Amino acid sequence: MSGNADATLCDMTLHELHDMLLSGQVSSREITSDVLARIDEVEASVGAYVTRDRETALKGADAADEVIARARRDRDTGAIGALVGIPVVLKDNVCTRGMRTTCCSKMLEDFIPTYDAAVTARLREAGAVIVGKGNMDEFAMGSTTQTSVFHVTRNPWDLERVPGGSSGGCAAAVAAGEAVASIGTDTGGSIRQPASFCGVVGLKPTYGRVSRYGVVAFASSLDTVGPITRDVRDCAIMLKAIAGRDGRDSTSAPDAVPDYSSCVERGVQGLRIGIPEQFFGPGMTDGVRTAVERALRALEDAGADIVEVSLPLAEHALAVYYLVATAEASSNMARLDGIRYGYRPEGRGGMDVADLMSASRGQGFGMEVKRRIMLGTFVLSSGNFDAFYGRALRSRRLLAEDVRRALTECDCLVSPTAPTVAFRFDEEPDDPLAMYLQDIYTTLANLAGVPAISVPCGLADGMPVGLQIMGRMFDEATLIRAGRAVELTSGMDAARPKVGGCAK
Amino acid sequence: MQGCRVVSEVSLSREETARLAELARLSLNDEELARIAHDLTEIIDYMEKLAGIDRAHVRPMSHVLDTVNAYRDDCAEPSLSQEEALANAPDRQGQFFRVPRIIDAGEAGEA
Amino acid sequence: MTDRNDYEVVVGIEVHVELATESKVFCGCKTAFGAAPNTQVCPVCLGMPGALPVLNRRALEYTIRAGLALNCSIAGWTKFDRKNYFYPDLAKGYQVSQYDIPIAHDGYIDIEVDGQPKRIRVRRVHLEEETAKLVHAGDDIISANQSLLDFNRSGIGLIEIVSDADMRSADEARAYLTKLRSILVAIGVSDCKMEEGSMRCEANVSVMPRDSKEFGTLVELKNIASFRAVHRAIQYESTRQIDLVRSGGRVSRETRHWDDVRGETAFMRSKEQAADYRYFPEPDLMPLEIAPEWVEEIRGGLPELPDARAARYVSEFGLPASDAALIAESRELASFFEGVCDALAKAGAGAGVGAGAVDRAEGAREAAKWLVGDVSAALKASGIELSQSKLAPGQLAELIGLVASGKISGRIAKSVFEEVFASGKRPGDVVRERGLVQISDAGELAAIVQRVIEANPGPVADYFAGKEKALTFLVGQIMKETRGRANPQETNRILREELAKRA
Repeated sequence: MSGNADATLCDMTLHELHDMLLSGQVSSREITSDVLARIDEVEASVGAYVTRDRETALKGADAADEVIARARRDRDTGAIGALVGIPVVLKDNVCTRGMRTTCCSKMLEDFIPTYDAAVTARLREAGAVIVGKGNMDEFAMGSTTQTSVFHVTRNPWDLERVPGGSSGGCAAAVAAGEAVASIGTDTGGSIRQPASFCGVVGLKPTYGRVSRYGVVAFASSLDTVGPITRDVRDCAIMLKAIAGRDGRDSTSAPDAVPDYSSCVERGVQGLRIGIPEQFFGPGMTDGVRTAVERALRALEDAGADIVEVSLPLAEHALAVYYLVATAEASSNMARLDGIRYGYRPEGRGGMDVADLMSASRGQGFGMEVKRRIMLGTFVLSSGNFDAFYGRALRSRRLLAEDVRRALTECDCLVSPTAPTVAFRFDEEPDDPLAMYLQDIYTTLANLAGVPAISVPCGLADGMPVGLQIMGRMFDEATLIRAGRAVELTSGMDAARPKVGGCAK
Repeated sequence: MQGCRVVSEVSLSREETARLAELARLSLNDEELARIAHDLTEIIDYMEKLAGIDRAHVRPMSHVLDTVNAYRDDCAEPSLSQEEALANAPDRQGQFFRVPRIIDAGEAGEA
Repeated sequence: MTDRNDYEVVVGIEVHVELATESKVFCGCKTAFGAAPNTQVCPVCLGMPGALPVLNRRALEYTIRAGLALNCSIAGWTKFDRKNYFYPDLAKGYQVSQYDIPIAHDGYIDIEVDGQPKRIRVRRVHLEEETAKLVHAGDDIISANQSLLDFNRSGIGLIEIVSDADMRSADEARAYLTKLRSILVAIGVSDCKMEEGSMRCEANVSVMPRDSKEFGTLVELKNIASFRAVHRAIQYESTRQIDLVRSGGRVSRETRHWDDVRGETAFMRSKEQAADYRYFPEPDLMPLEIAPEWVEEIRGGLPELPDARAARYVSEFGLPASDAALIAESRELASFFEGVCDALAKAGAGAGVGAGAVDRAEGAREAAKWLVGDVSAALKASGIELSQSKLAPGQLAELIGLVASGKISGRIAKSVFEEVFASGKRPGDVVRERGLVQISDAGELAAIVQRVIEANPGPVADYFAGKEKALTFLVGQIMKETRGRANPQETNRILREELAKRA
């Protein structure tokens, strides 16, 4: 259980490994075996995974090796995609055909989809090696991965601290070398916040950039699917592989997918970086503030212009988010009734179907999920609809317009990703409202539909701090440029998690 | 759409919470009911702040993208096999999903 | 004590019709009836985790078509909404439907009852999805201790058509449904077969004192499986409500179940508390902007509707309005009718003027008479549809031609028709085989008439004594001798002539 100074394969970036695969320096089997060995070494402490399939992973690696060998023989290595032979982990709300997909809930504990999510299919087509499924908050409802029905995931930087959530398993896996890259989901910050806590890169794409088909829905108009990776270049590569229109998702955008990799080293000369005054108030800890301000100065030194902007409605984002998200969730969760699939309680003789459904759901769902379903049901119910849901939808438009207006005054908006670094398990608030305040910087991007990335920008008390960069609709390219500039000066190269380790 | 409720007057009673649980087909024990009634009241009070910015003339935002007319052609696509369809069924009888006694004749014929 | 007639019944009808698209409304599964259970399903219509809907454009087109055929306005902008409730046949725990902005609204259907025309307003037409099929162990849902689910039907496109409460009798309700069905079948959006479940209806019934301005409490009637059942159910329920009110009772707002076997409605559940469906706009489907150009294109593509066709039959052929309406209402009958007219026209063209050619309008009227009369009776007696029978338009045309040219009498034609209907043989062949050609030659007839007069002195004497009935007897004898082949008009004329000679 050591932070490895000489980078082992499982700690390298996707793009480095790709180059080594093409040159024949290393095989996918070697990479995958190294990842599997790291998992064996640290999983008992980190708990990033829910399901692992060693045999299928190695088979996938061998298949990738054959493809690469053939290409090298034919001197056509240019045809080998960047993801060929790369071991990845998928969050456990992303359907994988033949592999258990549980959303870390008792309700889906034994559910084995007979279909792949669109992103799963794209990754398979791209030759990626799927190692297994990442731990998460139950049905993506949470910010610490603690509501998983299986086990907690621990932050590889400090095992007494949370990894963040809801994509905590994926972020921890990438940080600890238990996967080279991963796919998570982000509804209110669930990719960005754990990425920030675990010192890795996490991107929430523009709504509609990546297909949601086969990703278990939490809040339909807020859910996005995106990469969690070791560095910004890896993020660009993963995004390219999964982005683009999908005919099975009506909300999937037809916009063309740019070559994100070519944006990585463009630099930030002349880029206008907006600092929303509402995000730099008293909400964050000193350690976070110091790291973020240092990153901003670095960006300025690199040629960016810092512009002060205002988001007067930002304080309402959390309320609007919870009203919209829980309302949609309460409806999306209705299909989980134990009839066609899912949990059914034992000893149910004599129950009629309505009681059986109630029992399946009452026992199959954890407390946080039930709480949100109840809130969502309340918000939509007759007599409450206009004062709550109607109000939330109107407010959402105001908030979205506020963000879009601010993004005409600058090219991107910057803030901390989270108000604190990863907190200790015994420190975390008992009160759901206080827990919800973790999402204060991140929910705005989901409400407006704009893309946002979290990039490690430094340490505070030995724990990673993430910088969030929000951009215009379909302008992930700017996030990648700016993210890379932050990455270059973050000083995170020398830093290592206690468990596993990231290399650049 | 439906009638309006003054947000500041909201506080959820056990009975209302139980009614919501029925609507959501969630069986909750007494402790859970009490906890949720309390949590919901607190959360709802927090959301009262929105009254300050709400304007009746603003168009509600249900979608962040302004795409319209996302269709597909009327072509038959391959379906799941019967085995795949029933693969995760908690209770099955031959080619069917099986459910116990249905008391409420329900929406039969409504949809 | 008031009289039952002091009250009137107020009826609104809600119809659901399954769309005859190739694939379901939100996924690519087939819609064919009768497949093995759970073989036309996919993650979308099974409500599996992560599945998403994608709208079938043709389902939208069919809904617009139906709206136009029902004289509705078509929305320029519309959306889908989720109707949330739990039931085992509802895969997602919500139905994708339309709440406040239906695709079509404010239309009408014109009906006629006892010669009285009336316009029934159609409030709205919207698009939604079907639920799965529940099969109950035992006789019915109440007694069954378990049920089985087949999701083949889940997700099939459904249009819901809601009328205003404009009907005032069971007859009007039945006329509305009959006309509605004929329109929907004519435009090809559904096969509307109540026995297969592709058309379902519910009636909302209330009663009020005649000339009152205020409607009574509404009762919703379900489980109506045929047009006949609609009629019976409305009659039963209106009587029940009127009697209840007359005796001082109060009609409760409820849903009642029609029992066709026992001929009565039974309480199902109270509607005092409206169900809370928590409708909200469907986030997984994008809104629809329906271009006026597309609407006009669909309107232009509409086939001739029954009312317009009936009007054409009246103006073009001079058909009596009732015959025109009956034929126009059924696509099958109308097509057959026009086939007969075409065949008559061709025969006329071939035969040349005067040589047995039938005047176009006259021929059409004859064709109509046959269809409305003997053909319909024969179909009913044998319990089959016109398309299943052996009768072809050409044969009916031939039969009409034979009568028009005097080859056979109208009476003989009826008997020939029976054989043609049963065997599919050509009328000409039947006539030839059975030697049924009419005797119209004056000389031949005169000889027969004279023979009969000679053989029946008694009746002849009666005739001269003033008994007209005797004439009928003598005609009957002539028919007997000629096995019905004597031309009736000529026979009558010649008989009177011959008798006059002997007076």
